[in-house]
Amino acid sequence: MTILEMRDIKVQFPGVLALKGVPFDLRAGEVHALMGENGAGKSTLMKVLAGVYTNYEGSITYKGEEIVSRSIPEQRQRGISIIFQEMELLPNLTVAENIFLGRQPTNATGTIDWRRMNRDARELLDRIRTPIPEDALVSHLSVGQMQMVEIAKALSFQADVIIMDEPTAALTGKEVDGLFANIQDLKAQGVAICYISHRLEEIRRIADRVTVFRDGGYVGTRDAADLSVDEMVSMMVGREMDDYYPRVTVPRGDVVLELCDIRRGHVLKGVSLVAHAGEITGLYGLMGAGRTELMRAAFGADPYDSGSILIDGVPARIRNPRDAKRHGIALLTEDRKQQGLILDFDLNKNISLANLKAAMGPFGFDERKESRHNQELADSVRVKTPSLRQLARNLSGGNQQKVVLAKWLNTDSKVFIFDEPTRGIDVGAKAEIYRIMNRLKQDGKAVIVVSSELTECMGISDRMYVMHEGRMTGLIEGDEMGGLTEETVIAYATGTKTTQSFPEEQ
Amino acid sequence: MTTTIPTEAERRRFGVNSTNVTSAAVLIALCLLLSALSPAFRDPQNLINILQQVTVNAILALGMTMVIFTGGIDLSVGSVVAFSGIVMGILIVDMGVNPWLAAIAGILLGAVCGTINGILISKFRLQPMIATLGMMSIARGAALTLAGGRTISGYPPGFTWLGNGTIPGTTIPVQIIFMLLLYVCAYYFMRYRRFGRALYSIGGNEEATRLSGINVFKFKTLSYTVAGALAGVASVVLVAKLNSAQSIAGQDYELDAIASAVIGGASLLGGVGSIWGSLMGALIIGVIRNGLNLLNVSSYLQKLIIGLIILVAVLVDAFRNRSRS
Repeated sequence: MTILEMRDIKVQFPGVLALKGVPFDLRAGEVHALMGENGAGKSTLMKVLAGVYTNYEGSITYKGEEIVSRSIPEQRQRGISIIFQEMELLPNLTVAENIFLGRQPTNATGTIDWRRMNRDARELLDRIRTPIPEDALVSHLSVGQMQMVEIAKALSFQADVIIMDEPTAALTGKEVDGLFANIQDLKAQGVAICYISHRLEEIRRIADRVTVFRDGGYVGTRDAADLSVDEMVSMMVGREMDDYYPRVTVPRGDVVLELCDIRRGHVLKGVSLVAHAGEITGLYGLMGAGRTELMRAAFGADPYDSGSILIDGVPARIRNPRDAKRHGIALLTEDRKQQGLILDFDLNKNISLANLKAAMGPFGFDERKESRHNQELADSVRVKTPSLRQLARNLSGGNQQKVVLAKWLNTDSKVFIFDEPTRGIDVGAKAEIYRIMNRLKQDGKAVIVVSSELTECMGISDRMYVMHEGRMTGLIEGDEMGGLTEETVIAYATGTKTTQSFPEEQ
Repeated sequence: MTTTIPTEAERRRFGVNSTNVTSAAVLIALCLLLSALSPAFRDPQNLINILQQVTVNAILALGMTMVIFTGGIDLSVGSVVAFSGIVMGILIVDMGVNPWLAAIAGILLGAVCGTINGILISKFRLQPMIATLGMMSIARGAALTLAGGRTISGYPPGFTWLGNGTIPGTTIPVQIIFMLLLYVCAYYFMRYRRFGRALYSIGGNEEATRLSGINVFKFKTLSYTVAGALAGVASVVLVAKLNSAQSIAGQDYELDAIASAVIGGASLLGGVGSIWGSLMGALIIGVIRNGLNLLNVSSYLQKLIIGLIILVAVLVDAFRNRSRS
């Protein structure tokens, strides 16, 4: 029985058409997986359904009725609940309080009826067979347990549709099993589940049907049972991987950056990495593996407890980004809006930021020199803009990323670290970013790419590291890269396999 | 959209943004209105008076604007004016120190107070409002303690010339020229030196600025140092003008300085505003006070009216920002 039908859904974001008129339908009691690369539009579509994005075009029929998705509470009232990727629980409240946040049961005088709230919470938690105490503080829970609380919360709205956006990204194998058992229960109760995930194996395990999106468009819907992993990948990517990720061959140079036994609290437990000139080094890991943290430590953005950093074989003291810049390290952060750009500055000033000296003459800033110099940089990465006087805020994601790139090309660094460089960028811009990475490689720079997109990380890297829970678990290099399968990398990333050169524990 | 935005950015380049133009227009409109209402207002001597009355606030507003650019605020400048003034008074009148050396000492003292604010804020991450609230009380307390309730007066004429003298051969007060020179200097530093660029960047996005390898600690601290030093400078002008130093001087001056910056288009969230806007803001406040005095409006009511104008200025700005995005 079809419970939900979305037709011709369009969403326009500044500078990019995020959804180009896509259909989607859902049957009661099914798990319907949504697949596609980052930026394909699957999360956007689900956020339309959940009432997060309300500026959409198209029609939604729910339980036989035409509805307009206007807000999260309204959609919840209708029985459509979303569990966000970044969980939205309040750490200093109890599990029960979080489940009933803003609608706590009250008695006649208006005070909170704690006993009833705890009892109702217990009931919900029992329904998903989880032993988490209802009066535990959320800050004491593991990420997997928080996920369970989110599901209980979704159920408390009498949900008929639950949207899960990458629910397993931060879960351990056991927790994943628990989650899947719950999903099976929910299915049996007639709840329909929209399941977003990048993990093909999981989808094979849990999904009844699969819908694939690419670049904001609809590719197709298939029964999961008839779909092989290879078919899923080719539907997602839409072409052979070889031409999607252009490769250039360059003789590998010396080691430029070497990280030795970097430790920081529970996040980095003694991680080492080397990056060569003329080579793209990939760094893959699931959410919470510590990839970003490692790169931020190398760049001096966050402090680390112990370990050493060598540049060209010489120990370097990197305590802050200024030190890193002086040693020729550039970091393109994962969040360009919050950390890479000053959105209210024009492009010109943004590009100057990492190397103010290049924009200065004998009496301070020389605006003519600055514009000319920065225009050259912007042209070299093909920023599409009528003028460098445009504010960074008004550019599309891909163009913003190119501006950040221009900013760091301005510094003449030796090591370029890209943290999630293509997140939220359309395919055309992605190809250009890959082209620039290759150009840097040809220029003899050491390029490090941190990516959670497995196909991308495998496609672009010459050598690849894999992290799991603050440790290096995998290093793939040389001939191994040729026959590398996604399954192998995932095995490293989930800690079920470790390269021999990395001892389990020291 | 693409056609209007570059022109906006283009205008910003010259330190003239649309808010700036608005505040200039408001200033002119106010002057015309008051001229029509009161003949005494349009007397050229009165216009010079207004400028004279505005100098101290305009100098404080200059430093305040720099701090506000970084997303901060400095509540201590009024008290620092009193503290520096008392120290100068003691040095000059009681101890007979050369008045210009004493003035330098007063300015340095302001700079030290500001630097302490800056370090508390950028190194120890205190909220700017809290840190400078503490300094506000400390500096006032120090001034009261040192002065012991006295008013310290009797300065050499060479010193009071700065506050009361005119440029030889004209009727233009020295203090006005001095204030304008400070603005020109500040404009150069804000537009052409790293200092200014860094302050705007920090206010625009502190984390992105830090990750671009700019020394956020240094420039943020420096903005408070400059605000403190300018409070010292304002104190020199004030003491020279009144020929006396008082421990209760400068009360509420920080509020006027903040109001000037805000009326001039500075956003308390940082990154937005201009030096010239703040000058306009200071002039607008000065013109309104003067005009209301001439129209015999009580000083109580004046306070109320100025409050309304601040709110209107901020609301207009908020609406403009909303309609743009």
